[in-house]
This record gives sequence, C-alpha cells and structure tokens, in this order.
Amino acid sequence: MSNVTKVELENGLVIHLKEIHTAPLISHWVWYRIGSRYETPGKTGLSHWVEHMQFKGTPKFPAGFLDRAISRDGGMWNAFTYLDWTAYFETMPADKIELAMQLEADRMVNSLFDPQEVESERTVIISEREGSENEPLFRLDEAMQMAAFEKHPYRYEVIGLKEDLLRIQRDDLYQHYRTYYAPNNAIVTVAGDFQTKEMLAQLREIYGDLKPSSLPEVHIESEPPLSKERHVEISGPGETTYLRVVYRAPAANHSDFFAFTVLDSILSGPASLNMFGGGGISNKTSRLYRALVETELAVSVYGGLQATVDPFLYPITITIHPRQTAEAALSVLDREIQRLQQEAVPEAEIQRAIKQARALFAYGSENITNQAFWLGYAEIFASYDWFIHYVQELEKVTPTDIQRIAQTYLQPPRRVVGIYHPTNMLGGN
Amino acid sequence: MSLFDYAHLKSLPGPEDITRVVLPNGITVLTRVNFDSPSVVLNGYLASGSMYDSDEKAGLAHFTASALMRGTWKRSFQEIFDALESVGASLGFGASVHNTSFGGRALVEDLPLLLELLAECIREPIFPLEYVERLRAQHLAALAIRAQDTSDMASLTFDSNLFPGHPYGRSEEGYPETIQAITREDLLSFHQQHYGPRNMVIVIVGGIEPQAAIAQVEEKLGDWQNPNQMALPDLPTIQPPEKMLRHHVHIPGKSQCDLVMGSIGPCRNSADYLPASLGNNILGQFGMMGRIGNVVREQEGLAYYASTSLNAWIVGGSWEVAAGVNPVNLERAIELIIKEIRRFTTEPVSQEELEDSQSNFIGRLPLSLESNAGVAGALLNLERFGLGLDYLRRYPQMVAEVTPEMILEVARRYLDPERLIIATAGTLNVAG
Repeated sequence: MSNVTKVELENGLVIHLKEIHTAPLISHWVWYRIGSRYETPGKTGLSHWVEHMQFKGTPKFPAGFLDRAISRDGGMWNAFTYLDWTAYFETMPADKIELAMQLEADRMVNSLFDPQEVESERTVIISEREGSENEPLFRLDEAMQMAAFEKHPYRYEVIGLKEDLLRIQRDDLYQHYRTYYAPNNAIVTVAGDFQTKEMLAQLREIYGDLKPSSLPEVHIESEPPLSKERHVEISGPGETTYLRVVYRAPAANHSDFFAFTVLDSILSGPASLNMFGGGGISNKTSRLYRALVETELAVSVYGGLQATVDPFLYPITITIHPRQTAEAALSVLDREIQRLQQEAVPEAEIQRAIKQARALFAYGSENITNQAFWLGYAEIFASYDWFIHYVQELEKVTPTDIQRIAQTYLQPPRRVVGIYHPTNMLGGN
Repeated sequence: MSLFDYAHLKSLPGPEDITRVVLPNGITVLTRVNFDSPSVVLNGYLASGSMYDSDEKAGLAHFTASALMRGTWKRSFQEIFDALESVGASLGFGASVHNTSFGGRALVEDLPLLLELLAECIREPIFPLEYVERLRAQHLAALAIRAQDTSDMASLTFDSNLFPGHPYGRSEEGYPETIQAITREDLLSFHQQHYGPRNMVIVIVGGIEPQAAIAQVEEKLGDWQNPNQMALPDLPTIQPPEKMLRHHVHIPGKSQCDLVMGSIGPCRNSADYLPASLGNNILGQFGMMGRIGNVVREQEGLAYYASTSLNAWIVGGSWEVAAGVNPVNLERAIELIIKEIRRFTTEPVSQEELEDSQSNFIGRLPLSLESNAGVAGALLNLERFGLGLDYLRRYPQMVAEVTPEMILEVARRYLDPERLIIATAGTLNVAG
C-alpha cells in the first residue's frame, strides 16, 4: 500500500492521500470528529443540524452556488452525520476537484448560519425525522438505544429528539460549529487520479492557513456493561411483528472487534464495510437464517456490527413470520447463541467468512468514492492500518476466540430485547 | 467553452471495446473487459415479465422469479446458496413489467460457478412445494409491510390511476389476494411458457477477456431451447389522464404523508426522451432537487425531499413528482408543485438552466461508469432500448442539441397542470 500518504499540517489538519489511476476521477472528503457522541442532553441533534447548515452558504460561496457548480461539472456531493463523525465529500472529474477543496476549506470556518435559514431548516429536519418515525423499526430502535445506555450519548438517535429540535436556537448551532469545525479536529482524505506531491502542495495552500481552535476536553463517561436484561415493547400500526435484540459490542479498535466480525458473519451473514457500491452477499446459509427463516419462525433476519469509537451495539433484527411469535423466535436465537458459547465453530465456517470479506473488499475497491471513504472512516476510530490489515486480522481469528466472544458479549444480562407489536392484525388466516 | 472539451469522454464504452454477439438460440451477450478489477458483474434479463400476469394472479412473474433459486434438478436451496456464499458471490432474480432480471457478482475465478448457477436456476428449477409455501408467507409479509409504507402506497396508487388496465398500473409484486391464489402449478407453467433463450440478454463486465466470457456463456446456455416460449404480447396504448384525479390511502399512525403526482412520460427510445430528461432535471433534480426542491424545501422548508423522476420504459412511462410532508403542509406543497408544473409547461426554461443540466448530463458520465456495475447497467440499457453500441459516444452531441423550445414542447405533450394524477398516503387528521 505504498501509494497511501499521510501528512499532518502545522495547524493540526491530517491529510490522507491514495493515488488510484483507474478512472479520471477524484473523491475528496473532509471528516470532523463531531457527531451525536459529543452532544449533551437537551441539545441532541445539533451535529446533524449543523451539517444541514453547511449547505446554506458563506460570504464567498452563497447557498446554491456550489450545488450548481458541482452539478455542472458532473460531480456528486453529500454529507453524513453519524455517532462519532460528520463527513462531507465531493467526487468530481479529476481536473475539477480544486473547486471542492476551496469550498470545504471555506465552509470549515465561514458558514453564515443565517437566522432565517436556521428556521427554514428546522422544519426540514423535523420533516426528515417524521419520515423516519413512519418506520416501525426506527421507533423501536430509538426506544432500545435509550434502554441500552443510561448516560452515554449513544443513547440518542443522531437526528435528535423532537423536543430538542424545537428548542435549539441559532446560537447553539453556531457555537457548536465554531467549536468543532477546525483543522485540528479534521481529516482530509483524497483518493483518485492525481500525483501525490502536487495534490499535497495544493491542499497545503488551500487548507494550510486555517487557524486551529482550542477544542474542549471531551468527558464522556464510559458506561458499565448492562447487568440485567432489559425489555422494550412498543406498539404501532401494521400487521408485522419485529423482534430486535441488541448486545453491547466492543469498540472498533478493541482487539475483540475482528473475532466479533467473524462471529457476526457466521451467525447472521457477512456485512459489508462499503458505503458506496459493491453490493452485498446474501445470508441464506448463516446460522440464524437456517434456524429462523428455514423453519418459518421468521421471514427475515439480519445483524451487523458497526465500527465505533466507544462500545456501541450489536443488533439482530428479526421480522417475525405472520403465524409465529417473537417469543418463539427469541428462544431459537438463544439456542443458537448458546451453541456458539458451548461448541467450537468449525474452521471451514471461519474460512468462509474470510473469503466473503475478501470478496466484499474487491467489490468495494472499484469505486473511488468508497476508497476515499475508507481512508477517513478507519482513521476516525483507529487508523488506515486497521483497514489495510482488516482481512489479515480476520485470518488470525480462531474457534476459541469466537467461543470467548460469544461467552463474553452475548450474555442475556448484557442485552436489550425489543418487540414491536402491530396493533392491526388484519386478515390473519 | 464547448461542451465537448472533455478528453476523458473518449474512454467511454463504445463499439470498439464492447463485444456483442447473438448466440444461435437467440441469447444476446454483451461484454467489456476491465483489467483493473479482480471481479466480474453479471446481469441481464429474460422476456418473462409481469406483462404476462393475469389480474387474478398478479405477482406470478415475480413469485416465479423469486422461487428459481429454491431448488433445481441438481441442487437444493441450501446447496445453491452454499456454493454462492462460500465464495463471496451473489446472484438474485426479480421481475419487472417486461422482464425477469438477474444480477450477480463474483471474483473472476468464480464466474464459471456463477454462470452455472444462473443456467441451472433458469433452465431447471423444480419449485419445491415446501419452498413455494415459505415464499408465499414471505411475500405476504412483505406486502403487509408495504401496506404500512406511505411512500410505497402513494406510488402504487399513482401507478394504478395513471395506467388503468395496463400492466404498468399493476404491482409487479401482486396483492395479498392474488399471492394467495397462486399455486405451484402456476409457477411451473409460467416457467414453461415464458422462460427461454429468445430475447434473453446477458452482460458481463470485469476482469475477463470478452472471448473467454462468451465461451463460458455458450458452454452453459448455448444449447438451451424452449419451443413453448410464447411471443411478446401486444400491450394496450397508454392515454394521458382525462382530468384531475386525487386519491388518498389512509394509513393510521403516520407522522409524515407521502405524495406522488404527475402524468405520463415518453418511452425510452422516443425522440422526446432526451428533451424530457433534461427538462426533468431542471424541474426537480439539478443541484438540490431542481426548481421544485428549491421552492418546497429550500424556500418554504416544507419537506426533507421533493423531487421529480422520469420513468421511461418500452411502451411508455411516467413523469412524476414525489415528496414527503407533514399533513398540515400537504395542500401547500401540492399547490406549489402545480404552480411549478404550470410554469414549466408555459415558459421555456432559460438558456442558463439548460446549459447547467447539459453540462451535468455530460460531466457525470465518467462517474456513472467507473465501476463494473455502472458499465454493466449502461450496456444492458443500450440493448434493452435498442440505443446502439455507439450511443454513449453520440450522447454528448445529442444532449448539446436540445433547445429550450424542444423541452417546452415535450413538457406540454406530457404534462398538463389541469390533468394530473395526485396520490397521497398517510394520516391526514390526528383523530384518524
């Protein structure tokens, strides 16, 4: 991986570059270490709302200007706010990328946060939230996260509570922005068709003069493991029962993470790290699919570990068969987890999980945007080495490791069990 | 600056680097090599779409497609997926109105396996009764979830009102009562009558030489014949709506109401398509969802999304606006959208707006074609709509030739602000 370069500028900005000359494209990302993890009760949703305001213009680039400029050049751009990070990206024809860099450097410090725009965006974000509330699984998820954490900010959905979205004012947003949007809290990642030396000089010129800020000390109390199984039941419209079980998972940079990844692949099917392109692999030979769907207790099952800075959750979501109950599915889930705790997994199942991970890597590497995503994403919770060595680390996992992970993390007292009960059981037969 | 000053457009797929052959049994194979890639994408279709479904058994084409991988003469369901998943490959089937489509990917060394499984599933499925019943329950559960999805229901209602009596107006997935009515014998006879090599297309893109890819297809599918395969049906002509028509689907307990409104659109291979597509970009896509996004989201803050789409198919299509809004803002959003449609059908778009969209259409080609999947999707469309292997090379010129007057003409031909279908789904009053 000699084509990857990492540099830190004097103002604290970390730059991560990867030359890829397969298509005349460049993907440029700016990552900030800010997300719902850094929010306080009463102000949930601030980070996501700030991200929306970053599209509302600066004195140099008024709202809409860049939308138009980037679209004219056939580029693609967007932004995401997550638990641990907020990221902005532009993927453009290689000869047009400078504009994107100018934009990101400018809006790192110069966004307007016009009060009228703040108000208009309040209703847009509430509309975004209402769209999510239409989904039974969002409502279940929100209730379960609150049950899974007592103090840690991971207890709230990234979009924030509705009451907070009604309460937050322009100055809250602006202060959040000015505090966390600074070169010493950011990572710039660029992948694509460029020469590293020239790209670095250009980035230095564009980003080098930005002043670092004095970042607040972050005190996030670590949350002790759950000591007693918790239950969340909600009801709502529909005919479909959902069962979701969440276990506390290790942080991404914990040595258990890789063994947990293999366990997840065996239990619920391979999960992809690709955010852009690549597609997935089905999970029909996974243990849970065989135990739940093939036996007609459920119509679908999926799981998936997420890479986070602090320990987050490992969810298993089961859509219950119309003629079955959540309780019946839960007892089979328990049986499969006990099997992982009591019996060593055959080596062949581990080898399969590794081949699947390797294939998913190959699929995702065709896409320049995805390559630049990996450069930054891994850096947020570990380093790019984490990503480079990902498959090698999976190869080291042994049956004993998996058994230990199952015994440590997948204990009933360490989980929250959630059920969505449909209120209109129409037309049953 | 000319719109053609893009040196990289020369690297777009074209006649010299796309290989297209028609096998003696009627299967068309298109392939393009990408030596940077260690993997391959395989996609394509058969002619067995939901256009053959009866009203009583709507969803049969989809049901059949979904059951192909549940067992063949050679392998059981678990054996099929064990072969695929063990090597990190994927394969899946689905039905649209005209076609049963398939798509898969694998590392290059596993392409023979992928083709073997494709061939087995389409030629020799056995539809085990146990799996037919299991799938039926899964489909019914999916339909129950759909019945709660405001966006799906608004869209379904829009289609049924826009295309009454036409396969385009009927759900490919069917309805609870029609899924209940389908038997295993229906799947078997649908397969016998409609699955065959005639009008089948296979596209392979990735790290494999064209001749090697074609040889692999010939080996697995070159000897396939189906003398019972039925001819393509004549589909009814599509008429524009005669009047304004509103239809609401009540779904209790929803925070947001979904809205889909619009009218018919051109078929994909019509000369109207490109002007309509550029016009559609101006109306509801360019930048932050075009003119409609600008008014509904940016200016009035009424919705998180409000955008347009032009869905152009073989014998017609739709031109629609979709938005998700709080019920109290629904009427205002409809009013604003109608106002924009009226403006769009009475005044030509500005030269500046048109140039923005022309530049966007040409400039985004490299990005849309960077991956194997992007190229494979483009090749499939060239074949499906008979656009020609040189289409992507001609495309910039064709885009540049569109004028504001051409857009106004097609806008008037398809969109009439006094005659629209307006479909909504959600909870309109709190008491509901």
